[in-house]
Parts: sequence; C-alpha cells; structure tokens
Amino acid sequence: MGGNQDISEALQADVVQAAESGQQLCLQGGRSKDFYGRELIGEPFDLNQHRGIVDYEPTELVVTARGGTPLTEIEAALAAQHQMLPFEPPHFTEASTIGGAIASGLSGPRRPWFGAPRDLLLGIKLLDGRGQILNFGGQVMKNVAGYDLSRLMAGALGTLGILLEVSIKVLPLPPQETTLLFEADAENAHAITQRMCLDAAPISGSCHMDGQLYIRLECDETRVLQLRNRFGGELVEDAEMFWRALRDQQFAFFQTDVPLWRLSMPPAADFGLPGKQLIEWGGALRWFKGDHSMEAIRSAVSATGGHVTLFRNGDRNGEIFHPLNPTIAFLHQRLKRVFDPKSIFNSGRLYPE
Amino acid sequence: MQGQSDNNSLRRQQQRQTLADAFLKMLPADAVIFREEELVPYECDGLSAYRQVPLIVLLPYDTGQVQTILRYCHTNKIPVVARGAGTGLSGGALPHEDGVLLSLARLNKILEVDQSNLRARVQPGVRNLAISDAARSHGLYYAPDPSSQIACSIGGNVAENAGGVHCLKYGLTVNNLLEVTLITIEGERITLGGGGLDSPGLDLLALMTGSEGMLGVVVEVLVKLLPIPAKAQVILAAFDEVEAAGNAVAAIIASGIIPAGLELMDNLSLRAAEAFIHAGYPVEAAAILLCELDGSEEEVAVSVKFVCSILKQSGASKVRISKDDTERQRFWAGRKAAFPAVGRISPDYYCMDGTIPRKRLAMVLKKIAEMSQRYDLRCANVFHAGDGNLHPLIIYDANIPGELEKAEKFGGEILELCVAVGGTITGEHGVGLEKINQMCAQFPDAELEIFHAVKAAFDPHNLLNPGKAIPTLSRCAEFGAMHVYAGQLRFPELERF
Repeated sequence: MGGNQDISEALQADVVQAAESGQQLCLQGGRSKDFYGRELIGEPFDLNQHRGIVDYEPTELVVTARGGTPLTEIEAALAAQHQMLPFEPPHFTEASTIGGAIASGLSGPRRPWFGAPRDLLLGIKLLDGRGQILNFGGQVMKNVAGYDLSRLMAGALGTLGILLEVSIKVLPLPPQETTLLFEADAENAHAITQRMCLDAAPISGSCHMDGQLYIRLECDETRVLQLRNRFGGELVEDAEMFWRALRDQQFAFFQTDVPLWRLSMPPAADFGLPGKQLIEWGGALRWFKGDHSMEAIRSAVSATGGHVTLFRNGDRNGEIFHPLNPTIAFLHQRLKRVFDPKSIFNSGRLYPE
Repeated sequence: MQGQSDNNSLRRQQQRQTLADAFLKMLPADAVIFREEELVPYECDGLSAYRQVPLIVLLPYDTGQVQTILRYCHTNKIPVVARGAGTGLSGGALPHEDGVLLSLARLNKILEVDQSNLRARVQPGVRNLAISDAARSHGLYYAPDPSSQIACSIGGNVAENAGGVHCLKYGLTVNNLLEVTLITIEGERITLGGGGLDSPGLDLLALMTGSEGMLGVVVEVLVKLLPIPAKAQVILAAFDEVEAAGNAVAAIIASGIIPAGLELMDNLSLRAAEAFIHAGYPVEAAAILLCELDGSEEEVAVSVKFVCSILKQSGASKVRISKDDTERQRFWAGRKAAFPAVGRISPDYYCMDGTIPRKRLAMVLKKIAEMSQRYDLRCANVFHAGDGNLHPLIIYDANIPGELEKAEKFGGEILELCVAVGGTITGEHGVGLEKINQMCAQFPDAELEIFHAVKAAFDPHNLLNPGKAIPTLSRCAEFGAMHVYAGQLRFPELERF
C-alpha cells in the first residue's frame, strides 16, 4: 500500500521497443479481470509499478492517479475526505487497479444514478502504440476542446493504449445510507423500483434475486420513513456487506462454471427467455444463466434495443461481445490504427483483429 | 483586380447553379435554397463576428434525404456544414464558402416519450426546452439546460456537448444521452449507444458528443429523462467582494453538498440583467451567487438552511431564498438572460468560455480585471461557478476600427490564462472557428496529429465542417510566432501544470 512511483519513461522505452519488434503485449494491472473479454494474447506487460495518487484536492472534486494505483488505496484516500468514486467500481480481487477499472468500463450498483467510468473520467495521460505520451481532457469538470478521447478509453480494454494517469470526478459520500428489502417477484420488483424512481427517491442501488428486492437509498430517516409509508419495505441491518458482495460478484449466483451472460437493456423491457436471473440497475442490467444458444439470447436482447456480453466462462476465444454493425466495426479498426498502428496492445481482447 | 473578382463571382454563380440543379433532382424544391438573398440568413451562427454566405442551403425533411445529400457531397467532394438552430457561440456552424449548409431544422419531431424507461426519442431539430415541455405531463424533464434552451436544438447540443446551469449535479449532454443515430459522410446510417446504459465496443457515442459536426451528422437522439424533483429553491446571496463569492463556492462544495446549480454574476452583469429582466437582484452588490437546491420538501428545507449558514460565514452581505417557484424562475431568468442583457448595454460583446480549477477563481478574476484596464475594454463576468466555467463578456464596439481585433486579443489572453492555470479554453461552447488558435496553446503537435487522424478515420476527405475545431499544425506554427507555447512568456509568475 501507498507505493508511489512514476515509471512512465521505462514503460515508454519498452513500448517503443515492442512497436519496433512487433511484439504483442498483454497489459496487466491487478489481474482481477483476466476472466473478462476475449483470450489474453501477448507478452505479459506489468503496469502495477506505475502507481500512486498524483493530485487530490477534495474541494475540486477530482482525483488524479497513476494507472497502477490500487483501487483500495484511492478509495481509502477519498473516504478520509468523505468522498467516493461515484461509479462504485467492482474490485473482484484486492489487487484491482484504477487503470483496469477505467479500461474495463465496468461499474457497480450506483451506475444508473451516478454514472459509469466514461461519465466520470475527465482526463488521461496515455502511452500510445508508438510510445508517445499524450494528454487528453484535463482536471476540470467541463472541457470540450478537441475530441473527447479520454472517454473513448473507458471500456476500450487497453486496446488503444496504456492509461498512465487518469483524472476522475469524485463526489461526497452520502451522509446516510439505508437499505430496504421487499418480497417481490420480478414483475412486482420492477413496478416498485419504477414507482420509486418516478417519485424521485434517492436510490443508489437495486438488486432483485430469488424473489427478494433490495433497494439502497441515500437520505435521512425522515425521508426513509416517508418512502416506507408509501412503498413498504423492511429495513436491512449492516447492508454495506451486501452491496459490496454484489459489486464484486461474491454471491453464490455468480460462483458458477456455466456461461454467465450480461444483458444490458432498457429497464422496463421484457426478456422472455427462461433461466436464472439477477437484476440490477433498476432493470437495466441483468445477469443471466440459462441453457440457450448465444444466438437465441442475442436476438431476444437485441429486440429490446440492448446488447449481450458473455461475461464469464464459455468460449473465451469466440464472440464475447455483441457483434458490431460493419460500418462501426470498420471505424473500430481505423481508430485502433490511429492509436496502436502495430497492434501491440491487447490484440483481439475486444474483437477479433 | 476588378475583372478577377467579377470572374470569381461568375464562377461562384455557376457552381451554385450546378449544385442547385443537381439537388433539385433529388430533393423537394423547397428543400433547396440558392438565391443570394435567401442564403444571407444562414451566413452566421450565434457568433456574428464571423460571416460567410454558403454556396447553397439544404433543408431536408427526413433521414433518407440527409443520406442522399451526404452521398452526393461525398462523391463530388463538396464540404458540408451541419447546422441546428444556429445558436452556437463559437462559429461552429459558420458556412463553408464552397460548401453545402445542411440545416436539420425540419427534422423536428419528438418521436416518443417513454415514461417507463425514462427516456425520449427525438429528431435533431427539436428544441432543448421542447423535450422537457413534452416530458412534463409524465413527471419528467431533460436535465441539460444551456441558457439558449428556448431556441437551441438537441442535435446542436450533441455536436457541442452543451452544458447549462444544472450540469454541476446532472452532468453535460454526454452524460444524458443513451443513443445517437447519425449519417456518416459516405451516407451510411449508424447507431451509437443503445437502449441499455452501455454499448458494446469502443464508446463512439462519447467520442461523437462534442465533436462539432466533424465526424457525422446527427439524425436521431435518445435522451435520458429524470423525474422532476418535488421541490427546488434558489438562494440568492450578495457579496461586497467578488473574491468572497468565489471562496463561498469552494466552501459549499467542501461541505459535501452538490447544488443543482451554482452561478456567479459580477456587478456589471447583474446590473445589466436587473435592468433587462427585473429579477430582483441587489444592484449594489459586487457579486451575487445563485445556488439552487432540489430534492424532497424536507431535504430542501434542511440543505437550504445549511447552505445559508455557509454563505453567511463566507461573508455574504445579504441572503434571500426564493419563496415560491415563480420567484425561483425569476432569479434564474436574470442569469439566463445575462448575455442578451449585456448586449443591451454594449454595441457588441464577445463571450469567452474558459474553464479553470475552482481554487483559481479569485486569482483569474483579478487578472481579467487587470487585462480589462490594459485593453481599455469593459468585461462582465457571468459563470458556472460550481464547475469553474467562466463566461467573461468583453464589451466592444465593432464600428470603432480595430476594436474587434482588440477584443479578440483580450479574449485570447483570457483563454491562455485558463490553460496556464490548469484549465481549458472551452467548457461548453466548443472551439468552432473562434478558438482555433487557442487550441495551439492547449495541445502540443502530437495530440493535434491524433485529433486529425481521428477525424480522418471518420471523414478521410475532410468534408464535414472542414477547418473547424482542430487547427492544422502549420496554423499553429504561424500562431506560435506571436504566441509562446504553454504560456512561457505570458503569466510567467504562475505555477505551471
């Protein structure tokens, strides 16, 4: 903990060499998300030693850290100032880093109400595939000078470059959190969540599984009482552990070796296929296990305007992410060439190249 | 020389007629505008200092016609400038001399308000405020609210990544979009984003937002809607010193409250607004802060009390709380009309849009006041204080020879100061044509080359809004002769970032 070193020059030299020799690199931070995305290809390239918080001023609501900084270190520094990373990044393991959290684009239970990495990312220092160190965005809240290439890196799974530094918008920790539990089937659970949303209830998490709906609220007792009078729900003690376990997928539901599908879709949309589901984000995120072909699942979700990811297990060499329209796929290839012309970074992790 | 200019004019007429004939075969007659007198209204956007009559204006009725136009322009290598409501402040929709001005004004339908999924599907020409108007009966609204929201269109909001007074809490346009359908320069229709909260592959939706019409033409937008808060109240605090108002902003943020809006107006701008709108502003104050808090009835009551005490501790000489929604709207009306209000007291004004770290607020305001004296031009300051997004309004008279150039120089110096203190030249108005030289101060050549390569990935022949947003390296080299990169000469006393 607390290591602080800038090894960008060494990383830069290695990248220049890899670009010259055409050596493919497999970018690695805390390796907490090795399971995610397509097969890992290339020489392991460790980014953990490039770490440390570079700048953090609570009143500016921005933290800047090197990519290899552990999430736990950043979250502890923020918590000491009563602040948080609003997208509640999944850790999966203790080694998870901020670079990986941004590169994966994954968010926790707060996401529908507080945004994803792409929403909170204000600026980056990028090491591109030519070995250039480039700065995009900045540390201010609003910035429309030039194309928004920072946000493009969120969720790119390291295919466009190495995130040497990231600047992220932070928010105050909620003074109080309360979790309510409702006994409800999926349909009722959705109705309750939706009515609470329309009532502008300060929701910061929702989870439906096994006939139970958990709703996390950020408000004082008076408001909680009002909401309970209107919607019902039992108070859950010590719910912090519950939300952390959900965020890091520690529930039995996720401990599986069958394909785990991640369905991203409109919250009220109907997903007709039978199977076991865990529903988050007020319906916008559904984890699904079921004995169906990839095509069947994709076509059911596509029909709602959503998309499917094979999140864990299954054939990691196949189509993990939803296929792209040919014009968009072509744009992906061109953008890859802009940032990584020799294709040395995380080749094929997102889509086959 | 006279003969040559006549020749040029004749050639231009011929070009115009050729294009008109071609488009009249593809589009309804009233979608093709090519008579000189009818083209003039399109010669500028909200930045009237720059004017250029386009070769031709096209007003398609549907997406299919937009595709037809872009295919033709692509095949024939004709520049295209897309335009929404033309309210932009950076010259982003300034026409190209030899190009098509593509107005999306007729794609103006709200296709669906989907209450159960909290979203609305709209065409690009729909006005920003019209979305909230349509959503109101569902108890919903669209959060980003640029001051021009009565007139500006959502397509333009996407192109500029528009902000507004409420983006401190609710985010910019980029944070409130789910999906954008656009037409590429080849005439292909693509959809970025989707019905879920994320989409597969690279986040091209984020890249497209704020790209100033350089990468594609927006033809449909799926926006997020939010439930209307049960209660919203505005606190109006008066200060005897601008610096104290700036410090109060930091104190509010430090206390753990994120207001729905937090705006600062200096004496010149608040007096102009008061004379125009009669919002009830204290005209003797050096500065006022407007702080909006929203939520449930009880939450607002608690936070209003809390913020009032912070404001008083920070030296506010007077604190007023909006007593009802009418008064709240009136407090905002003055702020939202600040630009036209300053327009009334000045022959012309030039609006800047730099953003800085909040902690630099007081220092930057002081420097701007010094510049104002040095250039002998008045400058009103209105801004999104919570975001550190400044809008200095430089007052000048275009009829006085050399005064516009002086105002531009003053503005350029403000933007370079913003970069020097770790900020940016534009927070929400875009670079357009106006701030293209200052891009050279903000970005080194390597970054600019990447921007050009990204542009080429979408538009290899540089036909979409050419010459805007990203300066060529040669332009920067030329600009660099009079300006020193990263402010090494200017503001030498400042700590560097």
